Amino acid sequence: MSLKRSDVENIAHLARLAVNTSELDSVAGDLSTILHLVEQMNAVDTTGVIPMAHPLHMAQRLRPDVVNETDEREHFQSIAPATEMGLYLVPRVVE
Amino acid sequence: MQWETVIGLEIHAQLATRSKIFSGAATAFGAAPNTQACAVDLGLPGVLPVLNREAVVMAVRFSAAIGADLERRSVFARKNYFYPDLPKGYQISQFELPIVGRGRVEILLDDGTARTIGVTRAHLEEDAGKSLHEDFHGLTGIDLNRAGTPLLEIVSEPDMRSAREAVAYARKIHQIVRYLGICDGNMQEGSFRADANVSVRPFGAELGTRAELKNINSFRFLERAINFEVERQIDLLESGGTVVQETRLYDPDRDETRSMRSKEEANDYRYFPDPDLLPVELDDEFVAAAIADMPELPDVRRVRFCEEYALGQTDAVQLTANRELADYYEATVRAGGDARLAANWVTGELAGALNREGMEIGQSPVSAMMLGGLLQRISDNTISGKIAKQVFDAMWGGGGSADEIIQSQGLKQITDSGALEEIVNAVVDENRSQVDAYRQADEKKQAKMLGFFVGRVMQASKGKANPKQVNELLRRKLAP
Repeated sequence: MSLKRSDVENIAHLARLAVNTSELDSVAGDLSTILHLVEQMNAVDTTGVIPMAHPLHMAQRLRPDVVNETDEREHFQSIAPATEMGLYLVPRVVE
Repeated sequence: MQWETVIGLEIHAQLATRSKIFSGAATAFGAAPNTQACAVDLGLPGVLPVLNREAVVMAVRFSAAIGADLERRSVFARKNYFYPDLPKGYQISQFELPIVGRGRVEILLDDGTARTIGVTRAHLEEDAGKSLHEDFHGLTGIDLNRAGTPLLEIVSEPDMRSAREAVAYARKIHQIVRYLGICDGNMQEGSFRADANVSVRPFGAELGTRAELKNINSFRFLERAINFEVERQIDLLESGGTVVQETRLYDPDRDETRSMRSKEEANDYRYFPDPDLLPVELDDEFVAAAIADMPELPDVRRVRFCEEYALGQTDAVQLTANRELADYYEATVRAGGDARLAANWVTGELAGALNREGMEIGQSPVSAMMLGGLLQRISDNTISGKIAKQVFDAMWGGGGSADEIIQSQGLKQITDSGALEEIVNAVVDENRSQVDAYRQADEKKQAKMLGFFVGRVMQASKGKANPKQVNELLRRKLAP
């Protein structure tokens, strides 16, 4: 599978990455090479192999349902660019 | 053309845990902004999510309640999208391997018929924060208290064929999660939210293109939003247009759905397994403990009510609508004895009073014990049904127990035949002309005219005379 310039533009937009137009073709080439590698792996017969969700052979540890965090809003908001009435302020998002 | 509506629902039930799904921050509703958002919820660098055991237990209970295939191994995945109330840039959800597999629920329609609706899956995920678009000098305010609150997203099959069926299904899921105690079901506070996938097709044809309706926070709006959308799609198709797949917001003020722009491009969520979380593996011991104390579920309870208390379907449905009401009813029966009478009073006088005051059953000033005490006095003929309503009102107003009120207000029914006879004699003496008319009337007319005398006697006794005895006495006295 090979990626077109437009695919790269789309992926870059979804990831909010600014890719220089002059670089689009070379990035498309690099990403396509990676996909070729994936294609080779896809060609391997994996019948009966459970897909690996995590490299560690362990199950998730569970936490008791206990509230053990206290209010540290002031601390966290001291590094925020803008706050008001306890809210974090961000550039306006239009729905 | 005849159109068929096809509806599937995605329901988000907020799980009633104390702490968040991946952090130890509190989930209580209504706290000051960002006071319940810890480093994990804020997505600060270096933090790691640790799964809340209780959220998993709740999913297992739900699975058992809908007879679903519980997946002993499930995997959390990252759903990637950018929005400021999602600080990590991804939502931790489940994708390919959800915890709850295929299940089903039965819905009862208004005409009494039952339908089975398939549940495709249910998965655990975290909620996002809240964006406040009111004016903050052209900026948007973000409250992350809700970020990381555990959700169970319950996805149905496209099995519903009308807005009414969709509402019946949503109510059924609502009833189940509340019976299980895994969600408080509060729709105003957003603890229970439904998105509807709606499409139309000519009968028997392939599925049409669907629109997803969001922003629905009541059962009434769910019905209205679907009905509006169905009309819109049919009009569009009949005038030669096509339905586009999109997300639409329901606006209750204008009773319409509107296209939400900019959504199409966001549909690529690039899911992948979350490397911060290991697969969830459930052994027999865990599952057995999770479902050890399952409550009796609403459908089972409804059937039992019909059999054990000889109730009709309508009463049984109403009395098992929620667990608190069903518990109240059964406590009333234990205290009062007569199941049929208890059903009449709980669905009648009590439900009416609660409705009038806008109260939930848990807030009723008349406890099941108190109501049972009242019903005992009706059963043993201490008071008539009519006086009982007066006693009920006094109990509602904080006048004490039924016995106290009957005692203090002197409401005990007059069953002493000597005392009754005195009243009856007085009424007969005071109404000579009616008595003469009665004696000359035929039997049919007499039956009607008797009501006049009964009324007078009841009036004279302030409603305390035993109606049965009064009738007998009057018939005897009025006989020529």
